[in-house]
Amino acid sequence: MTTANNPLLELAGVGKRFGGLAALSAVSLHIGRGEIYGLIGPNGAGKTTLFNVVTGLYQLDEGNFTFDGVAYSRCKPHVLAEAGIARTFQNIRLFANMTALENIMVGCHVRTRSGIWGALTRNAAARAEERAIAQRARELLRYVGIDRPHETLAKHLSYGEQRRLEIARALATEPKLLALDEPAAGMNATETGSLKTLLQTIRASGITVLLIEHDVKLIMGLCDRVTVLDYGRKIAEGVPEQVRRDPAVIAAYLGGEAA
Amino acid sequence: MDILLQQIINGLVQGSVYALVALGYTMVYGILGLINFAHGEVVMVGAMVALAVSGMLLAAGLPPLLVLLLALLVAMAVCMALGYAIERIAYRPLRNAPRLAPLITAIGVSIVLQNLAMIFWGREYHAFPQLLPGASHGFGGAIINDVQIIIIAVALLMMAGLLVLVHRTRLGRAMRAVAENPSAAALMGVDINTVISVTFMIGSALAAVAGLMVSANYGIVHYYMGFLLGLKAFTAAVLGGIGNLRGAMLGGVLLGLIESLGAGYIGDLSGGFFGSNYQDVFAFFALIAVLVFRPSGLLGERVAERA
Repeated sequence: MTTANNPLLELAGVGKRFGGLAALSAVSLHIGRGEIYGLIGPNGAGKTTLFNVVTGLYQLDEGNFTFDGVAYSRCKPHVLAEAGIARTFQNIRLFANMTALENIMVGCHVRTRSGIWGALTRNAAARAEERAIAQRARELLRYVGIDRPHETLAKHLSYGEQRRLEIARALATEPKLLALDEPAAGMNATETGSLKTLLQTIRASGITVLLIEHDVKLIMGLCDRVTVLDYGRKIAEGVPEQVRRDPAVIAAYLGGEAA
Repeated sequence: MDILLQQIINGLVQGSVYALVALGYTMVYGILGLINFAHGEVVMVGAMVALAVSGMLLAAGLPPLLVLLLALLVAMAVCMALGYAIERIAYRPLRNAPRLAPLITAIGVSIVLQNLAMIFWGREYHAFPQLLPGASHGFGGAIINDVQIIIIAVALLMMAGLLVLVHRTRLGRAMRAVAENPSAAALMGVDINTVISVTFMIGSALAAVAGLMVSANYGIVHYYMGFLLGLKAFTAAVLGGIGNLRGAMLGGVLLGLIESLGAGYIGDLSGGFFGSNYQDVFAFFALIAVLVFRPSGLLGERVAERA
């Protein structure tokens, strides 16, 4: 792995405060191209905050991060989406009243261009673009394994399908980095198994995956490297086996003196 | 029988105008959860601009139909710029403020626009020139003139166009996505500010068309005309279910019919005690009835879902 020389995402001393609470302090890490990188930690450790910072939902207070060679400190979400960061949410945030296909087509927004003029005149270029992204959206539905009429509203999909649809929508932005916030939450063992296969397929297609997850088995079986956060600080980093034996990590999860 | 068909025609004409204006309210509400109380004034500015442009061009000797078309285009352009500016100046800085704050600036913008129009164009009623032939046609005992036919046709065309725009295009998809979940839409690469600006501009363009329609139909333009019209169109949007495009269209047409039939028959029904000048009562009676019995409107269902 070429992690150290040419990281895709690199955080340098990132800090984020909410009032007096340091949700993240001085977090540095780097994620190499093609890695599946795990982010774990107890509840409230700052994992989702870190996601929100690198996707532009929160503006960080200290440090900066570099994505694909460009440094960011203050940035709008749609700019980072264009740069190639896509994400899913811990609590599913689909466009519930839009169809499965339309949800994915919104994801194509950032890679398409036709604006108000195309919308008003519906000229040849705009129509061709619509056809192309509808086709792409159908492929992505198949890719994540949703076998439903395309006109099904997102809110009528099953829970597991909604999670997959969120992944498909994120993939539609053609990301370099796919950030997944607890994708296996609430899934049964079979669903988790097929999620694992899906994530491996996604990685094989050249997309780097950043994963927040509580399912330790999934993390251990899937991730190349893992960072552990606790109270907004990085307490361990390394390959899963090594991290699992780290006394600080055990202390963070189980409580205790070791650290 | 004698006046029934006539009142239905009048109601459809008035309802078409309400529907176009109501769409502006409902689009903005759908995407921002904000009642843009300045929208009625945008209609008035559209009418005023159309009046000014057509006055100049008629004096220059252009043919009336061309004048109408140019007046419409200029009015739409001016209103789109105005809608953009209103959002940019009065609402965007308050995007994350408590909901009461933008409501107050909305009323403020409305008052400012009314007064600017009064200063600029005066307090008097202006006659709007007759730009269409205006021939009347007998129709089953009722009369409909060219202006009214065109109003209904153009309104239908614009509403169909808007539905296609919102449901079949990239831009419309982005608008619906922002309405449903702004942060998720932003993470999918949708520039929320652009989508919101465009929403205001489309609503304002429809308002300009509506302003020209009212002026052409009644032949009168006045700086205060936007107030009551805006209030009624807002009523129509609530009647149909605010935030819902089809609801605004249905609500507008229904409100036009209710008003027109009510005004037509109230004299007979009350034995001459109330006259047709009570027509405004019906719109607001309908609003109260809807708010009491079906607060989410006829086609609305999502009110509870909004965070």
